[in-house]
Amino acid sequence: MGISVDEVRRVAALAKLELDSAETSRFAAQLSSILDYIERLRRVDTTGVDPATASAAGETRLRPDTTAEGLAPAAALANAPQAAAGHFCVPRVIG
Amino acid sequence: MNLASLSATQIRERVNRGEITAEAVTRASLERIESLDVKLGAFLRRCDESALAAARDVDLQVAGGARPALAGVPIAVKDVLCTRGVTTTCASRILEHYVPAHDATAVARLRKAGAVVVGKTNMDEFAMGSSNENSAFGPVRNPWDTGRVPGGSSGGSATAVAARMTPVSLGTDTGGSVRQPASLCGVVGLKPTYGRISRFGLIAFASSLDQIGTFSLTVRDCAAVLGVMAGEDARDMTAAPIPVPDYESLLGGGVKGLRIGVPREYFGAGLAPEVGDSVRAALGTLTALGAELREVSLPHTEFAIPTYYIVANAEASSNLARFDGVRYGLRAPGAGDLEEMYRATRSAGFGAEVKRRIMLGTFVLAAGYYDAYYLKALQVRRLIRRDFEQAFEQVDLLAGPTAPETAFPLGAKSDDPLAMYLSDIYTATANLAGLPAISVPCGLGSGNLPIGLQLVAPHFEEPRLLRAAQALEEAIGWAQWRPALAGAA
Repeated sequence: MGISVDEVRRVAALAKLELDSAETSRFAAQLSSILDYIERLRRVDTTGVDPATASAAGETRLRPDTTAEGLAPAAALANAPQAAAGHFCVPRVIG
Repeated sequence: MNLASLSATQIRERVNRGEITAEAVTRASLERIESLDVKLGAFLRRCDESALAAARDVDLQVAGGARPALAGVPIAVKDVLCTRGVTTTCASRILEHYVPAHDATAVARLRKAGAVVVGKTNMDEFAMGSSNENSAFGPVRNPWDTGRVPGGSSGGSATAVAARMTPVSLGTDTGGSVRQPASLCGVVGLKPTYGRISRFGLIAFASSLDQIGTFSLTVRDCAAVLGVMAGEDARDMTAAPIPVPDYESLLGGGVKGLRIGVPREYFGAGLAPEVGDSVRAALGTLTALGAELREVSLPHTEFAIPTYYIVANAEASSNLARFDGVRYGLRAPGAGDLEEMYRATRSAGFGAEVKRRIMLGTFVLAAGYYDAYYLKALQVRRLIRRDFEQAFEQVDLLAGPTAPETAFPLGAKSDDPLAMYLSDIYTATANLAGLPAISVPCGLGSGNLPIGLQLVAPHFEEPRLLRAAQALEEAIGWAQWRPALAGAA
């Protein structure tokens, strides 16, 4: 199955990536050839097969829901590109 | 004594007996990195000061009567594993200046056992690649031939051990990223069972497939390091609450009476003849040692790579959504609003392969395609697991080639993502099924390039895997094979 340049633009928007026109056409060609290869999965009869969602050998466990010491605010903010007054700062959200 | 020629377990014994100091061993490792790595690019950074401080601390502990399990063992850590206070980049521009507040659980356990982190190793960006050419900070070169790739994505860690810069190193394996570079660099590479080692502090690529693994020259070293890292962890619920055996004490049993399955699908088209010949010769060695070989079939093998690329990249597109320029990492300047900042940051911060995989993962999860691609892949994943379950009803282990060919020249596959993906054709199935697998050297092919044999065991049967690997080590004697660049022993 081919993937069109328009489709690449739509997926890039979903993935929050900005592609220039050279990247867009290169990805259209490369993703098309990867999808062509992936198409071979259609040959497998999966009627009634349970999807395998994790590869852990046992059952999924949940952590007890208890309070514990977490990162101190200063440590949590230490890697932030922009922080002030104990908060992460971001550019304008509402236009 | 040449400290760089000692194995991890030899270092441990001698440091614990007071014959050598952890500091001297650490210094020797750092000096070796200094002199060799300019040709190889295996390290993104050395940790001279913290390593020497940690080594002196180990020496004090030993002087005080402690006998740490990895006393004074220099270890190189793939830069996808968080190291407290030490920049951890995933070989990506987007994390170029990221300094974690925590050690990964595996790293913390190694330090506690007396291992000394000497540096962080180069890798394919976010562990996406099979050649180490996708690093934002330059490729790694294979010590056996610096015109060739070391494999990937843990190419720096494989190279560190192959060039004798450290006796052991850590990698991560999502579809073959420990085993394939181990094969191409002529070292031992273990991917344990999914859930054997905590993934806390491993920056996620594909959470249902990722597993921390080891590189070493000897199987005993592999067993020693695995034993220290393995076991449950309150910070990763997928780390299984299954007791950790003393892997080292279980070595030495040989392969007599073991039934070893040889999947016929692993010897078909695409396998380089010299690799097939070398692996068959090693299978002959296993027979001579008393193992019983049986041909088995893993009929869904041809669907492994498409299944893997759907599952892994779907998970990656979700995991890498966290890199948005808000809490850590790069933020592109000058954006007018939040949405624009996200797009500008991610576009500037991620390399081409990472973008390609995020695109593929986003596509297969998108409305209208989810059932046809993602759900279908999860169903085929179930069938691949069943293939292994059925095979393990008849045999104790599986054996075959690790990679279809020896190390290829830099640039040979850069423009053909699909050709690169096929490097993982024999390894990705173990991740999809969560099984432990190991690559061991089995020969040197044309150009004196290493060839690897892979063994696969049922879940949590690492002792059996290591026992067979060690029997091969004794018969083949690969620890004597050294790249010329590494100098004489």
